[in-house]
Amino acid sequence: MSPSARADARPFEIIGRQDFSEATFLLEIRHPLMARAARPGQFVIVMSQEHGERIPLTIADFDRERGSITLVIQAVGKTTREMQQACQPGTGLHAVVGPMGLPSPIGPKKKVLCVGGGLGVAPVFPQARAFKEAGAAVIGVLGFRSRDLIFWEDKFRSVCGELILCTDDGSAGVKGTVAEGIRQAIARHPDIEECVAIGPPMMMRGSAEATRPHGIKTVVSLNPLMIDGTGMCGGCRVKVGGQIKFACVDGPDFDGHQVDFDDLVTRLKRFTGQEQDALARWNEACRLPGR
Amino acid sequence: MKKKTIRTIPQRRTPAAEQDPRERVTNFAEVSRAYTPEQAALEAERCLQCPDQPCIAGCPVGINIPGFIQRISGQDIRGAYDVIAATNLLPAVCGRVCPQESQCEGVCTVGDTLEPVAIGRLERWVGDTAIANGWSTVPYIEPTAFRIGIVGSGPAGMACAADMAKAGCDVIVYEAFHLPGGVLRYGIPDFRLPNEVVDAEIRNLEKLGVRFECNTLVGRLFTIEQMLDEMGFDAVFVGTGAGYPTMLGVPGDSLNGVLSANELLTRCNLMRAREFPAYDTPLPLGRRVAVVGAGNTAMDAMRVCRRLGAESVSCIYRRSRAECPARAEEVHHAEEEGIEFRWLTNPVEVLGDGAGGVAGLRCVRMELGEPDQSGRRRPVPVAGSEHDLDVDLVVVAIGTHANPIMGQTSSVKLNARGYIETDEDMATSVAGVFAGGDIVTGAATVILAMGAGRRAARGMKAYLGIRDADAPYRTGGGTFFGIDLAERNFARVRMALS
Repeated sequence: MSPSARADARPFEIIGRQDFSEATFLLEIRHPLMARAARPGQFVIVMSQEHGERIPLTIADFDRERGSITLVIQAVGKTTREMQQACQPGTGLHAVVGPMGLPSPIGPKKKVLCVGGGLGVAPVFPQARAFKEAGAAVIGVLGFRSRDLIFWEDKFRSVCGELILCTDDGSAGVKGTVAEGIRQAIARHPDIEECVAIGPPMMMRGSAEATRPHGIKTVVSLNPLMIDGTGMCGGCRVKVGGQIKFACVDGPDFDGHQVDFDDLVTRLKRFTGQEQDALARWNEACRLPGR
Repeated sequence: MKKKTIRTIPQRRTPAAEQDPRERVTNFAEVSRAYTPEQAALEAERCLQCPDQPCIAGCPVGINIPGFIQRISGQDIRGAYDVIAATNLLPAVCGRVCPQESQCEGVCTVGDTLEPVAIGRLERWVGDTAIANGWSTVPYIEPTAFRIGIVGSGPAGMACAADMAKAGCDVIVYEAFHLPGGVLRYGIPDFRLPNEVVDAEIRNLEKLGVRFECNTLVGRLFTIEQMLDEMGFDAVFVGTGAGYPTMLGVPGDSLNGVLSANELLTRCNLMRAREFPAYDTPLPLGRRVAVVGAGNTAMDAMRVCRRLGAESVSCIYRRSRAECPARAEEVHHAEEEGIEFRWLTNPVEVLGDGAGGVAGLRCVRMELGEPDQSGRRRPVPVAGSEHDLDVDLVVVAIGTHANPIMGQTSSVKLNARGYIETDEDMATSVAGVFAGGDIVTGAATVILAMGAGRRAARGMKAYLGIRDADAPYRTGGGTFFGIDLAERNFARVRMALS
């Protein structure tokens, strides 16, 4: 398909949706070119509507046959809650651009650990699948708050030789964070060569700390605020090994043992005030009759 | 007509009305108002129509400046537009953003004795008049069956697209953002270049048959090599801009209150954060802002901050006013708007407030030493001159590095600094791939990028065997020695015969 052919179709049509919980939902978006180009570890920038902001979302899956990409979104702020309400199959997104960032290097490995926490469970899947396809034995560690928030367990079982589920409340699998699961996995498999950890900053830090004593290379995927995603604005800069890097073009994957997570967390709070403001206004507007 | 002399022409440059500085810092409406037809006619009288025509050589794209001014004098405004449009598709843009004082106006013969002719204002007036009247010059274009892909919809890409469309090629311009225009859209603020002007110029390109495809990140969605090998493009032009902002490289420059001018301007101009919460993108608000750098981008950033309600905005520049690279009019406007200039000052540390924000900027005074490679005197710090400025937002506008995406995704050869290497025809190391603008030269001006785009178009036409496409022609079609005349690559033979 030529790129110009896409202009005839509805731009960035949503062709599927699945709700995992009250806050987390999946959107499948028609974009054959992107499905063909996407590699594990890459992300897109999405604008849900014309007045919207540009938000980076990791590509959770891509299907070259169906010509679609999958995004998993957590409704936490104004934009994502609005998307939760408005994005239904048959509707479209205003803008989707990507795949952005350097693809994760999937080298020949014998045994790897793929760790996903919360929202990071989805984007770690293509990496697990790619490692499996490259011939590695994949051990999965997935963290959720509780049993009823678990999703994609079967998908992971299809690519992971061993899957360790962790829940904060112990309602399924191991009680505790993914760090606990990682410790168990390493205890059983001292020959793990590499770990990929994707999720909230605290979860990625915990994973990196769990692997550090064993000297296992740990790749984390950073998700700072972005505008263009092409290296032009520098808003997504992160500190890695004492150096400034732009997550959009130098990443998003970095060595988890080198990342300054405190700096990342601080930078994620850049616009907290305005974000809360926007959410409050939106909640107010939603309560008005006729909306 | 009686011959004009330096004594008979109007002695003073015709001033353009400007919004009062006190009022304009509260809005994003344009600062300089357009000439009235009477003002334009009066200013056109000041051109001597001198035989040397140094202004044409002073223009990076070689606009026939005396030619269009003469038509203004003759009340033929449409004719004036056609003269400009023959070389420059974007008069309304260039009249506003070109550094005329170092180009056409800087070498104007009248300027030897009096103030130079206000060529920029006249160009803008002609461009605005064309937009208001819906004029566009769409020549008869015969398709050549060549397909051209343009990467980046900024000034370089637009200029190249226009020339290739006029040569009969099928042109698609790819843009990563959701709106086309490049730096004209995300960078230059509305008070200097209104969005409507950019829209109008893009519509003119569309009238030539150019198609824009936004939300397309070339290199990642598909590569330049795929464009040539799989997607059927005969040649590709890369005009992606420099875009990788240089940060300060001093302690504290990763604080939340430090951002690049690119980020500030993109949030404000493209994402319309200034209309938050009607638009969802937030803006970092500073009450006391320091902008580091003194180029056009720095001036834009300072004046944006002023309009967003900052109490004080200062410009921190390590050299003196004489070396300031911004357009003279921008510095003048910034001063009128109450920007405080701290020349010969350099930041050494951004002071934190303990919560990720900025509490101040520690600077040193500089003095000018021996000339450096650029010929400018090198600024050196004055010992013991450290002092703290009370600011809560630091905007960095000290230039850019090469954007790495093309290097990461194609085999196009880069130079040591990461910019794309080209020959004089703007051809890169990959056959069929041309490049121009900031991704070749590093950060420069809109008009230089447009000049590079046009030069690349000439190179492309030579590469494809399209001869003299600036002269539209008609042909009866049919065959020539059994070869279909419409067939591609046949243009050269046909042109040689005609």
